[in-house]
Amino acid sequence: MTDAALNPAANTGPRARFNLEAWVMRGGIAIAGLFLLVSVILPLYAMLSKSFEDKDGNFVGLTNYATYFDTPSLAYSISNSLTVSIVATVIVISLAFAYAYAITRTCMRFKGFFRLVALVPILAPSLLPGISFIYMFGKKGFMRELLMGEPIYGFIGIVLGSSFWTFPHALLIMNTALSLSDARLYEAAEALRASKLRTFFTVTLPGAKYGVISAVFVVFTLVITDFGVPKVIGGQYSVLATDIYKQVIGQQNFQMGAVVSVMLLIPAVLAFSVDRLVQRRQVALLSARAVPYQPKPSRGRDLGALIFCTVIAGMLLLVLGVAAYASFVKFWPYNLSLGFTHYNFEIMDGGGWGAWYNSIKLAALTALIGTGLIFTVAYLVEKGQGARFGRVVIQAMAMVPLAVPGMVLGLAYIFFFNNPANPLSGIYATMAILVLSTVAHFYTVAHLTAVTALKQIDGEFESVSSSLKVPFWTTFSRVTVPVCQPAIFSMAVYLFMNAMTTVSAVVFLYSPDTNLASVAVMNMDDAGDIAPAAAMAMMIVYTNLTAVVIYGLLSRFVEKRTQAWRTR
Amino acid sequence: MSGSAPYLRLQGVSKSFGSFTALQDIALDVYEGEFVCFLGPSGCGKTTLLRIIAGLEIQSAGRITQAGVDISRLPPSQRDFGIVFQSYALFPNLNVNKNVAYGLENAGSARADTARRVEELLALVGLPDQGAKYPAQLSGGQQQRVALARALAMSPGLLLLDEPLSALDAQVRGHLRHEIKSLQRRLGVTTIMVTHDQEEALTMADRIVVMDHGIVEQVGTPLEIYREPVSPFVANFIGTMNQLPCQVNGTGGVKLGPLSVACQDHSVQSGASAILAIRPEDVVPHGAGARSPGAPDIIETPGNAFDARIEDMEFLGSFFRAELSGDVLGSHHLLADFSINAVRRMALETGKELTVELPAERVRIFAGTLV
Ligand SMILES: Nc1ncnc2c1ncn2[C@@H]1O[C@H](COP(=O)(O)OP(=O)(O)OP(=O)(O)O)[C@@H](O)[C@H]1O
Ligand SMILES: [Mg+2]
Repeated sequence: MTDAALNPAANTGPRARFNLEAWVMRGGIAIAGLFLLVSVILPLYAMLSKSFEDKDGNFVGLTNYATYFDTPSLAYSISNSLTVSIVATVIVISLAFAYAYAITRTCMRFKGFFRLVALVPILAPSLLPGISFIYMFGKKGFMRELLMGEPIYGFIGIVLGSSFWTFPHALLIMNTALSLSDARLYEAAEALRASKLRTFFTVTLPGAKYGVISAVFVVFTLVITDFGVPKVIGGQYSVLATDIYKQVIGQQNFQMGAVVSVMLLIPAVLAFSVDRLVQRRQVALLSARAVPYQPKPSRGRDLGALIFCTVIAGMLLLVLGVAAYASFVKFWPYNLSLGFTHYNFEIMDGGGWGAWYNSIKLAALTALIGTGLIFTVAYLVEKGQGARFGRVVIQAMAMVPLAVPGMVLGLAYIFFFNNPANPLSGIYATMAILVLSTVAHFYTVAHLTAVTALKQIDGEFESVSSSLKVPFWTTFSRVTVPVCQPAIFSMAVYLFMNAMTTVSAVVFLYSPDTNLASVAVMNMDDAGDIAPAAAMAMMIVYTNLTAVVIYGLLSRFVEKRTQAWRTR
Repeated sequence: MSGSAPYLRLQGVSKSFGSFTALQDIALDVYEGEFVCFLGPSGCGKTTLLRIIAGLEIQSAGRITQAGVDISRLPPSQRDFGIVFQSYALFPNLNVNKNVAYGLENAGSARADTARRVEELLALVGLPDQGAKYPAQLSGGQQQRVALARALAMSPGLLLLDEPLSALDAQVRGHLRHEIKSLQRRLGVTTIMVTHDQEEALTMADRIVVMDHGIVEQVGTPLEIYREPVSPFVANFIGTMNQLPCQVNGTGGVKLGPLSVACQDHSVQSGASAILAIRPEDVVPHGAGARSPGAPDIIETPGNAFDARIEDMEFLGSFFRAELSGDVLGSHHLLADFSINAVRRMALETGKELTVELPAERVRIFAGTLV
């Protein structure tokens, strides 16, 4: 936009009177930059430099890396990680594409229901599918015959578990890609007498191409960086994410932890960059005059879609249902009577009900602080005037967290904050560091949501305000925030749910006083208390479900109150 | 008007975006109570200049004084102006009253005063009793009026309008054009409006600033601009003007082919190639052979007349536009507008021979050659 007003241009004329607005704006941008520097960039730097040091902090160059590659048990994880990620990605993308196709391009019934059910995994921590699969395919699992003697622990378990929890992420992208289509292309294809198959390959696929590519990278990154699934059901099959944990928590070898982190950071950053490059090449396929595609009924296809979606939705619900059921069963599989014994967390290690309260506190604080902070920073970046360089830098830093795996961020936080020389080391082992890391961890998606919403509002509100002598912060609170309310709500619920379910970053940062529900699930599972782990995982699901319901009610309420001016 | 000191004065204002020069050395005086239009093709820098006056963009060089005060370095909030954008930028979540009151409330005026002022402003722009509605519930024209009321709320010394009518359909536009102009006259507020619509500029402005490629081509009243354009660009941008190649001869006249043509004063060197320009409606038709001695038709400047033939004729509602050829014109054609009356009286039609006169006081000479 403009450098107006704040640019001390070398012009003639008397200086402006003290320009409070300009200083507030500059100050805000500086604080935002400082925040991202401290919460993202500096910790990553600390981690990177740690990977080049020995135990006493001397610089040793690539020695740690050499050791890493000379240790087969470590280096082998790279190919393990890549293998499970690629296999899971192929499975999830194929299934999600078909599912999204059924929802957007057929006249199948119960679309709304299927749309909703597919999102169920988002409510659960990625530890949950692992636990369910133990009940289904473990030594005493009721479906173990399906595996024909193969153990669920290891490759199969990781692929299945990853497929479960990444499915909704792929589906959301595919749904968008497939619903943005121009009916006129299909009419043209029909007029040219192209066969159904030909139309699919020449119109449907190219139209959804960018969505598919994006989904591929998202799923790949989610799987390779995930800690929850391999932790619970990985068995001896080691992957990068669990290696970091083993090195740091098991062997207290922080340097090697840093090296593995870099190994994990590389594919994540690569996937992220390639995706960005590809998306930049995407041109608007939809012209303003595009006619949305309306599927026509077709008996066979619609029935096939219904059967397919029923099977997939059934599997998703089954995984969740098994965890729910197992959490109530007294003693699987010998005493199937139901009760709440496993919800008596106080007798378990892992933090008891306190962990759940802590999680809610973390999620609420993350949602509250994170939304306020991220939205404000996005506003400064998007609508701010002057300090152009600062705004560009902040915009770039805001994208970084998306490419940083949670495990890496968590470890980076140890290095950075658990350092007596750091004036901020006081927050180590408190709730504050958990909130900070969680906000940083999920920063990018929330930031992009805010930026998208801000881009949609008139760019001249600030100019009009200044002509009316109204400072920008008044307009921010009186106009910008109310107008962006839907986006703000969705940022809050996104941050809340992720804070409830995340394990990866916080597993390095919680303390006995700040035990978390998701971490408790992991620890109880570790200790062999699988049923209580399932119960705690279900508590997370119930909590998130409640959050979603509240979000829905609140949104509807606000929508009613504001429909007079919202044109939608 | 020009006797007093200008209300707004721009001196040597330039603006570059990186290596691109958007405005170059703009000098302009705007007097109190004037309605000035910035007119020019898309991308010529009109909006940039307006934003510089508002302080929303900072000039790379130059000085701006408003009401005797140097405002070159002041931020927008410390300048004195009201502005209406093309998008109107109405706050969607505030109703019309709140939109108009936005600046007043912040300035801390008493609630009753604010309410009275808002009512007064809405009556002024012809929207009484619409205060409780939200912008989305108003038509485009009504939104435009609300934006105008909001811009006038703080009684600014300077009103800036950036293409305020371009988002409206033709009928509403014509109506609002008239209303804005009379409102401005009533309030006497100094106003600058950006437009790329020449008709808008001609009907509304006291003075027009014609811009092209970041420079001011000409400043003048609509009539001056129309009658005496200083360059082929201005001539063509506003209305239609024939342009024919000619040669300046020693007497200050020009030679159009073999014909010596008397013309307005100009500054092109004698002997140089130049462009002869005349508007189609200034071409005067006479009967065929009108130049021969004893002919009844009176030609005021006989030297400027020549024989021509109507190649094509088009009825444009209130007049005919003819395309003429003639020996004098060489391969060029001359557009001429003939009244319905003249066409009937002289039985003009395609293929007809006639004599046309280019009245000396209507013939303008520009330096340069036709491309
Ligand atoms: N922020 C900017 N950065 C770079 N170039 C700019 C910027 N703002 C304007 N320009 C360029 O300056 C020139 C003048 O722009 P301006 O918006 O003033 O044109 P305009 O005369 O108002 O045109 P229009 O009639 O299309 O609104 C254009 O070529 C434009 O591309
Ligand atoms: Mg413009």
